Formats: sequence, C-alpha cells, structure tokens
Amino acid sequence: MIFDFSVIWDSLPLYFGGVLVTLKILLIALAGGLALAIPLGLMRVSKSAWVNFPAWLYTYVIRGTPMLVQLFLIYYGLAQFEAVRTSFMWPYLSSATFCACLAFAINTSAYSAEILAGSLKATPPGEIEAAKAMGMSRAKLYRRILLPSALRRALPQYSNEVIMMLHTTSLASIVTLVDITGAARTVSSRFYLPFEAFITAGLFYLVLTFILVRLFKLAERRWLAYLAPRKA
Amino acid sequence: MLNGYGSTILDGAWLTLQLALSSIAVAIFLGLLGAAFRLSPIKWLALLGEAYATVIRGIPDLVLILLIFYGGQDIVNRVAPLLGYNDYIDINPFIAGVGTMGFIFGAYLSETFRGAFMAIPKGQAEAGAAYGMSNLQVFFRILVPQMIRFAIPGFTNNWLVLTKATALISVVGLQDMMFKAKNAADATREPFTFYLAVAGLYLVLTSVSLLALRFLEKRYSVGTKAADL
Repeated sequence: MIFDFSVIWDSLPLYFGGVLVTLKILLIALAGGLALAIPLGLMRVSKSAWVNFPAWLYTYVIRGTPMLVQLFLIYYGLAQFEAVRTSFMWPYLSSATFCACLAFAINTSAYSAEILAGSLKATPPGEIEAAKAMGMSRAKLYRRILLPSALRRALPQYSNEVIMMLHTTSLASIVTLVDITGAARTVSSRFYLPFEAFITAGLFYLVLTFILVRLFKLAERRWLAYLAPRKA
Repeated sequence: MLNGYGSTILDGAWLTLQLALSSIAVAIFLGLLGAAFRLSPIKWLALLGEAYATVIRGIPDLVLILLIFYGGQDIVNRVAPLLGYNDYIDINPFIAGVGTMGFIFGAYLSETFRGAFMAIPKGQAEAGAAYGMSNLQVFFRILVPQMIRFAIPGFTNNWLVLTKATALISVVGLQDMMFKAKNAADATREPFTFYLAVAGLYLVLTSVSLLALRFLEKRYSVGTKAADL
C-alpha cells in the first residue's frame, strides 16, 4: 500500500486542537483588523490630503509586502531593539501567539480598510443628500447612514478577505504555533508521512472554507436582502 | 551595505524575480487550460476545471507548498521503487517552487480568464466560426487577444499576490531573498534591519509591477470607449 492513513486517524485529536488554534487566531485577527479598518477606511475617503495620505501609505505598504515578512518583522525583528526588550510590552511581544495575531490584524486591517473605502465611495449620493436635508450632523451622518450601509455592501468582498485570512493563519505554523498546518507539520515529521499529513490539513481548511462561505451567504441573505434580485 | 550582506540579498532578489516570472508563465498556461475546461460544453471537462479552481482556492498556499514539495517528493520516492528505480530522487527546489506556484495560481487565473472570456460578445466567436475557423483558431485568434483587456485588472491582482507568495517558498529551502535575509538576520542578530530591507525590495517589485500593468491596460484599451460617469 502506498498510502498510510492509519496514523492520521490516530492523530486526529492533534488536528482538532489545531482547528481551535486556527479559529482563535482568525477571530482575534479579524476583530483587531476590523477595529483598525473602520477609522482607516474613513481616513481613506477624506478629502483632506493630511488625513488621507497616511492611511493611503499604510495600506499601500502593507498590501505591497508579503505577510511572511511582516510576521518576521514583528516576531523576530522587534527583539533587535533594547528598548523593546525592556519595555512593558515585551512579555507580549515575545509570545508567538500575540505576534501572529498582531501581524495578521495589521495585515487584514489594510485590506479591509480599502474594501470599506470602496464601499463608502459607492454610497448613492441621494442618501447623503437626504440625511443632510434632515439636518443630520457629519458624525450622525456617518453613524446612521454611511457606515451601516457601507459595511453591509462590503460584505461580499469582506467574505473573500476573511477566507484569505483563514488561509493566512497557516503562516502561524512558521513561528512555532500548532494550528492546523502546525499539527500537520508535527505529524509529518513524527511519522515521516508528509503527503498524508498535509493532505489531511488541506481537507480541514477546505471544510472550514466551505463553512465560512456558507455563513457569509446566510449573512448576506440577512443583511443584504434589500439588494437581492426581486423574485418573480 | 547591510554588513556586507547587501549583494547576497540582491542575488536572492534576482532568484525571487525569476521564480515569480517562471511561475506566472506556468500559471497563465494552466489558467488558460482551466478556463477553457470550465467553459467547455463537455460536462466532465467542465467539472474537472471547476474542481481544480475550487479545491486549490480553498486550501492555503503554504499547505499546498508543503504538500507538493515534501509530499510530492515523498510520493515520488515511494512510487519509484515499484517501477524498479532505487536511487533517492531529490527534486530541485526551484523547479518544485515554479511547479507549485504555477499550479496554485493557475487555479486563481482560471477564474480571472473565465470571467474575461465571458465578457467577450458572443458574436465574435460566431463570426470566427462563420469564417470557417476551427475551434482552436477561434480560441487563439479571436478570443484570447480580446480576453486580455478584460483580464488585466484580475491578472494584476493575481500577479501581486503571487509575487508576495513567493516568500513562502523560502520555507522549503529555496534560497530566495527571504531565505538570504533570514540567514543574514541569524548571523548578525539584526533581524529587523534585514527583514525591513527585504520588505523594501518587495515593495519596489510590487510598485513597478503596478505601474507596468497600468501602462499595459491603457495599451490594450486603446480603441475602446470608457463609460463616462
């Protein structure tokens, strides 16, 4: 027999542990990324160059460099500086989990900010005029009209970003974390069965991807119902 | 420059560029093939193309790289003795890298190309057929040249993602600029300096690509009228 899946069967608990780590990193990164992306997205639609430019530069640099380099800069790079090693942040910055979550959150914030900016720019002008006619202030206009509808309209593109992010979390295995890919690497080196180990990891990611796609379909049906084509 | 590591890193950058360019060539070939399959009226070909695009795009690049690089090598060496070949077969990391990246991004490009083919008005292919062209002639003479214009935005995106994803090949030991930077970082204990330098080089690569492809898009859009909004 060329393939040997019996050890994989015995290692399934390791993989399921990996699924939990993957999901944990993914959720933290997405939450942090979205929290950063909303102010960045708002900056990116500003007419003032002083506000727009820093956000543009941030997203340009982050989107123009590989995720692996960003992760290494944070996890290995920051330790180069004495000031970082003696600061109160060091207990966090020397932890692989924290660094991975931070790097992924920064990365996804840049992509999400651009998605949000695109969505904000696509707001029908009539909605803004109507809000102004009602006498809304700028803050209220953003809070009640622009952000709710832009965030909804960003949903289809954001679902792509979330799936990309799920795949990106596999890089956490390079900085020693035992996520799904990390579990596969452990199994691969322990039993020397790389093919079976990684194909199993691939299947786990495939299933998670399909679940996410499904969840976003449901979310779109809920929040984008008003944009769906009318049923005959 | 960079404690004398500057030139090694530039060597690595050259390898990264070669890797990216060779991979995109393979990816374009597989992407065209995949798109042709998916648009084919033959059911099982269409299904095969669909499966290729869906499965590959559902699995992280890193896992595919590890799977094809380590798993592929492993399988080759398990199968070879059965065929009466007993030496250990070592796959060249550059070839494996090009194959892997090409295979992954072929799936993404097949999606881009499929959309672009579908954006071409039906009458074009019909006119080609009316002139007595064979299916292949219609494909290469009529459809491909017109598809390029529609495909450039998606292609630009995929090329940028591919360029950045080449950094992952360093994980399996190809001595690209990421690998060289890691060596230099370990030797000098100045990781930030070297990773920042590499980040800068990637940024140059992506910026130049953006400009070049924007120019190309203009060239291919000559003679078409943009919607005036």
